[in-house]
Amino acid sequence: MRILVVGGGMGGTIFANHLARRIHHEMKTGKARITMLSASHEHVYQPGWLYVAMGRATPDELVREQQSLLEPGIEFHVDPVEEFHLAENHVKCKSGKVHEYDLIVISTGSRPLPEKIPGLKENSINCYTAENAVDFFKQLSDFKGGRIVITVGLPHKCPMIPLEITFAMHDFIKDRGLLDKTEFYYTYPIGRVHSLENVAKWAAPEFDRMGIKYETLFNMKEVDGKNAQVLSEEGGAVKYDLLVAVPPHKGQEVIEKNGLGENGWIPTNRSSLHMEGEHGKNVLVLGDTTNLPISKAGSTAHFEAETAAENVAAVLKMGRPVRSYDGKVFCFIEAGKDRATYAMFDYKTPPQPKAPTGAVHAFKMSYNKLYWATARGLL
Amino acid sequence: MSERVVDARGSFCPGPLMELISNIKMMQVGDTLELLSTDTGSAADVPEWVKKVGHEMVDTEQDGEGTWHIRVRKAK
Repeated sequence: MRILVVGGGMGGTIFANHLARRIHHEMKTGKARITMLSASHEHVYQPGWLYVAMGRATPDELVREQQSLLEPGIEFHVDPVEEFHLAENHVKCKSGKVHEYDLIVISTGSRPLPEKIPGLKENSINCYTAENAVDFFKQLSDFKGGRIVITVGLPHKCPMIPLEITFAMHDFIKDRGLLDKTEFYYTYPIGRVHSLENVAKWAAPEFDRMGIKYETLFNMKEVDGKNAQVLSEEGGAVKYDLLVAVPPHKGQEVIEKNGLGENGWIPTNRSSLHMEGEHGKNVLVLGDTTNLPISKAGSTAHFEAETAAENVAAVLKMGRPVRSYDGKVFCFIEAGKDRATYAMFDYKTPPQPKAPTGAVHAFKMSYNKLYWATARGLL
Repeated sequence: MSERVVDARGSFCPGPLMELISNIKMMQVGDTLELLSTDTGSAADVPEWVKKVGHEMVDTEQDGEGTWHIRVRKAK
């Protein structure tokens, strides 16, 4: 079986390594082959950018050579796919090389697009790339007081970021002795401060305790940089001195260009993770690339990748898959510089977040280092 | 005019309303959207947002399996 993995992010890497460990014998005897195609020779631990923005990590700490993370036997090429020919079971890469497959796994991720909102890119900061996270840190370090507004676009990657960045900035500003000169104003698209009802029930009193003001049912429409205000679809206007954005996201352009999914999100079966449609039988979709109504987060990609790898190995060895993806997601929630909690949920079970503790924060900081074991398919 | 179905059953995060808002941005004025939700709160929070923004509620019903079918027309 020729297995082609498109994308070297969390989903693709965890899938390929998990599978390689499970089908070591089949790969050795030539019955199976795994090839990975990526747009980059680097693998980035994107959740770490939050810490870069707060001056608690540097970008180089979050990067490894992709080849160094892969199990021996996985063929790796830095050669992004430009054309998907799913009916003919092959793809064509930027180099012109064609790769044929029996099974393809598409895990190309998502991208922030602040330019989708007029005025947002040039008037706000965000922590969705290494460069932007460094700029975030510099601007927050130079901040002398005033009103910090947090504004949230849809859809976005990492649903905990609006809360985490707000709590983290609060503690950062407090440590700089500027809390009495600073007002935090948090806005959110729906009628509570977070999409998860139980998380919102915990976070709103935390905001009240910290003096963080908030406005809900606020979907940014445009940013008027001249007058330093953000305008909402609902008719609201909020003035800012520093605007912190969670920009809207899209899937990758190559997915849209090949007609695989509107806005780059591929229609995906929520249980089997196969692409919907007539050519989906030998197409698996992982992570942010799916159109599933669940969190676009590394954790989602991780649990989907484990399920998919287990199933592909089972098909090779026993002729059929062994389990369905149950919608499992586990997200840490940093509640400031030294406390954290978490939300764990699936399609049927809502999360029950506990009060934040130093112990969970310490675990999160440890996991930031342990992640490389997850990427290798070990944890 | 087209109609799209957004299956947000079992979605706790981002949740049915966030799915609706994300999808409505991709639609043309006059298009309708049917949101499937197993979250009881959707029957209240979707109309609240739709009214505030100025779109149009078409109808809301719950089927025998407990799924809410909420239809919205993009008006602006």
